Amino acid sequence: MYAFNYHKPGSVVEAVALLGQNEDAKLVAGGQTLIPTLKQRLAMPGDVIDLSGISDLSGIREDGDGLVIGAMTRHADVVGSDIVRRRIPALAALAEHIGDRQVRNLGTLGGSIANNDPAADYPAGLLGLGATVTTDRRTLAADDFFIGLFETILEPTEVVVSVHFPVPERAAYAKFPNPASRYAVVGVFVAKTSTGVRVAVTGAGAGVFRETAMEQALSAQFAPDALAGITIDSAALNDDIHASRDYRAHLVTVMAKRAVAAAS
Amino acid sequence: MTKADGIGASVKRREDFRFLTGRGTYTDDIDRPGQTHAHILRSPFAHARVKSIDVAAATAAPGVVAVFTGADMAADGVKGLPCGWLIHNKDGSPMNEPAHPPIVIDKVLHVGDQIAVVIAESRAQARDAAELIEVDYEEMPAVVDAVAAQAPNAPQVHGDAPGNLCYDWHLGDQAATDAAFARAAHVTKLDLVNNRLVANAMEPRAAIGEFDRATDEYTLITTSQNPHVIRLLMGAFVLGIPEHKLRVVAPDVGGGFGSKIYHYAEEAIVTWAARKVGRPVKWTADRSESFLSDAQGRDHSTHAELALNQDGTFLGLRVSTVANLGAYLSTFATSIPTYLYATLLAGQYTTPAIYCEVKAVFTNTVPVDAYRGAGRPEACYLIERLVDNAARELGIDRVELRRRNMVPASAMPYQTPVALQYDSGDFHRNLDLALPMIDYDGFPARRAEAAQRGKLRGIGFSTYIEACGIAPSNVAGALGARAGLYESAEVRFHPTGSVTLFTGSHSHGQGHETTFAQLVADRFGIPVDSVEIVHGDTSKVPFGMGTYGSRSLAVGGSAIARAMDKVETKAKKIAAHMLEASEADIEVKDGSFTVAGTDKSLTIGEIALSAYVPHKFPLEELEPGLDEQAFYDPKNFTFPNGCQVCEIEIDPETGVSEIVKFVCADDFGRVVNPMIVEGQVHGGLVQGIGQALMENCVYDARSGQLVTGTYNDYCMPRADDLPFFAVKYHEEALCTHNPLGVKGCGEAGTIGAAAAVMNAVVDALSALGVHHLEMPATPQAVWQAIRAARPSQAA
Repeated sequence: MYAFNYHKPGSVVEAVALLGQNEDAKLVAGGQTLIPTLKQRLAMPGDVIDLSGISDLSGIREDGDGLVIGAMTRHADVVGSDIVRRRIPALAALAEHIGDRQVRNLGTLGGSIANNDPAADYPAGLLGLGATVTTDRRTLAADDFFIGLFETILEPTEVVVSVHFPVPERAAYAKFPNPASRYAVVGVFVAKTSTGVRVAVTGAGAGVFRETAMEQALSAQFAPDALAGITIDSAALNDDIHASRDYRAHLVTVMAKRAVAAAS
Repeated sequence: MTKADGIGASVKRREDFRFLTGRGTYTDDIDRPGQTHAHILRSPFAHARVKSIDVAAATAAPGVVAVFTGADMAADGVKGLPCGWLIHNKDGSPMNEPAHPPIVIDKVLHVGDQIAVVIAESRAQARDAAELIEVDYEEMPAVVDAVAAQAPNAPQVHGDAPGNLCYDWHLGDQAATDAAFARAAHVTKLDLVNNRLVANAMEPRAAIGEFDRATDEYTLITTSQNPHVIRLLMGAFVLGIPEHKLRVVAPDVGGGFGSKIYHYAEEAIVTWAARKVGRPVKWTADRSESFLSDAQGRDHSTHAELALNQDGTFLGLRVSTVANLGAYLSTFATSIPTYLYATLLAGQYTTPAIYCEVKAVFTNTVPVDAYRGAGRPEACYLIERLVDNAARELGIDRVELRRRNMVPASAMPYQTPVALQYDSGDFHRNLDLALPMIDYDGFPARRAEAAQRGKLRGIGFSTYIEACGIAPSNVAGALGARAGLYESAEVRFHPTGSVTLFTGSHSHGQGHETTFAQLVADRFGIPVDSVEIVHGDTSKVPFGMGTYGSRSLAVGGSAIARAMDKVETKAKKIAAHMLEASEADIEVKDGSFTVAGTDKSLTIGEIALSAYVPHKFPLEELEPGLDEQAFYDPKNFTFPNGCQVCEIEIDPETGVSEIVKFVCADDFGRVVNPMIVEGQVHGGLVQGIGQALMENCVYDARSGQLVTGTYNDYCMPRADDLPFFAVKYHEEALCTHNPLGVKGCGEAGTIGAAAAVMNAVVDALSALGVHHLEMPATPQAVWQAIRAARPSQAA
């Protein structure tokens, strides 16, 4: 990797200030994307700001009708959390299949959603559950947070603090992993909530998206068969050596049915 | 009866404590005083003319000691990397052998080709400086596919290899084979591709070169499976250093699978550069570099036809293969699709006429060479896929068709029509063992049960044979090998009865430190812990041809057995003198030397002491000491064989294949350590399964870029992709021509597994009308095959 200045602030305010002072600074949370990128010399930030010294960014707590998970909470902590397993088991199950054990021990919720890899799992969880992201300066609905390929609505100096997940009536995540990387070729998060059914798809397109035709069908009847007549348009889907557009479109339906079956 | 430490005992691997607790010493763990670090600048293009290289800025960069290009090496008289096996064309002319400079002179031929080397005080400084080298490339069209490379207008990889052809070779009796086809009742035809693989040893390659001005001696520490071969190739052919001035050390090596047999450019670069800069030079590949510079494996396109008569008897086999050799000839590349492939095309069967032609082709890809199995998995896959399809076409049970054509044990030794003579083997017995393990009779019920769950279940067989323990040197030499293929050993008893065993075989995961010690323990009745194994250092071991082709025990172990014979012969003479008996009256058993019919006896330890403290010693007829050396040149190949059976379930909705059962019954001859053998089989199976279902090395057809250059895209098998394996072996058909009766087991799993898996996949899909699927049978490939076969259900 190229040389850079390393910072380890003790507070979010300090981190935001450091971001403001250094134009090409990068935040490092769990480092599961940034560190390999640096090692391959694909990025050359002048400053790297390590968030691991800010203790109040980590943790899981119940909050009224939902859960609040700190941005620096590691995937493994979500997997092992009694609170998450009791209140939103689908979220614990999602975290359990991110990457591998080493990735789960270091990777964080905030890092995952801020990076917004089109094949990451957490974006589907946030969008599917209708979560809310709290940053150092505002709160953002998941529907507004994810913009597109590796792109979010976050401003250059904005830092994710936590995510609020409302507890659904029922939910499940079905993932078809890339056999090599174990990222999602297609992942579908289905949730039946007090405000309706939400279906979020990751891996298939340029970024996570909601499949509204499926949401309507499942609102009428929350059962796998309700999805039978829905055709996914493959035109805008990803196409690579692992999965063609057509295969991905097919897998969206299969994974959605399996998620509904698991949630029923 | 098996002794606690002897042949047949599952002694725990003595090397595992070191390896499992991070105490191994690998090349990258070694740092030499005053060491510098090399970074190799590699080509970003698959095919380009190098119009100019400007190293001025890099040379002036912080910490840089020197920057060298191919022109610098050439000016110093450095030659190209040699190819170790000369193949002749059908017309008798020699193959094309284009230049293979360690660093390119004016043209890059694949992504990753060496452009320049930067030597600096630190690895990071070397890499920083390499970015300052300015190369003016003129990009040219690239060709990556071997079939495409034969097209009339294809880009030419080498100016002196027209049509990109290395050789056009053949083996077998074409007229007899044509005649067999002419009278056949049925012909089964198949086109198949044997996919390209990346070896992916756990330890990336590394090398440290060193030169001592005081003694004029060079040392190369390298990740090699055969340090003496590297000394020979690099010393004699590339750098012009005589053996007595060149020491090559291969310390702990973390896996090779073939990829660390060859002499690589980086070894020559660091050794040459160490003298130029007057300091040790170290290079360690990172994983991305391994993908771009380690020799890759397989990559065949084949058309094959099997002629049968009405009752399923095989009459003839006709094979036409195009083999991709990559951009340059790696050390043993040329022998793999020829003498390690076509000679195996009889398989376990009595096919009387076989004809095979092979065109080997240059492309703008990383060189291809032996990879676990090397030629033999290609042969096995082809034969076993053909046999399964023939059975299906003729409506004969697949086991029954195999049985009808198998060479019976009573026919051994058996001369095949493709040069090899099998010395031993009982192929029916392998099947007899395997069928109950898989419960073949119960398969229809299991398939029906799976169908109720919506799953497609298939079963696949692979009855394989391989030629290992390469080879009688005179035979190999007649076929074009440019080296001998014996092995050496030295058994040195110390005064107090412990042993240092020097072997030319090299252990990089095989467990020699345990298995070889067991040979000594078994012979002389001493504990394995009294035996130290020394290998991997040309300054310690007499000579060595190294470890590949499952040859360590069959050839290296036989050399050890011969050296032990010599120790025993001398010990017997010493014992006779000490016990005041005639040598003819000395009986040897388990390391005890006894005067027949008496209780007068000596242990080998007592004899060793006398040999080194020769107070009561026949000094007139014998020299002191007990230290014997032997070279062993095998009389024939060995022929491990077996039967593997795979049962698979396919989820038709996603195309995912799950291996639910995998069994094998093997004949490895005498088994020294059953636990190590089973471990070797497990590892081998995983690599075969990896090829069948997951692994695939893909180059972009237009740009020649390696698409699968990281583990995000190149899929390695993992524990949770795999079933538990059931492994059995029998010792009813020992090797007849080596002193231990051993055959070798290192490659067997890989050789058979891809065919067993793919036969199971095709069997699962056969009801839909699918007759063939290329490897790897990824979920997408299987789903597409299902969709093509029955559009309504998969859509």
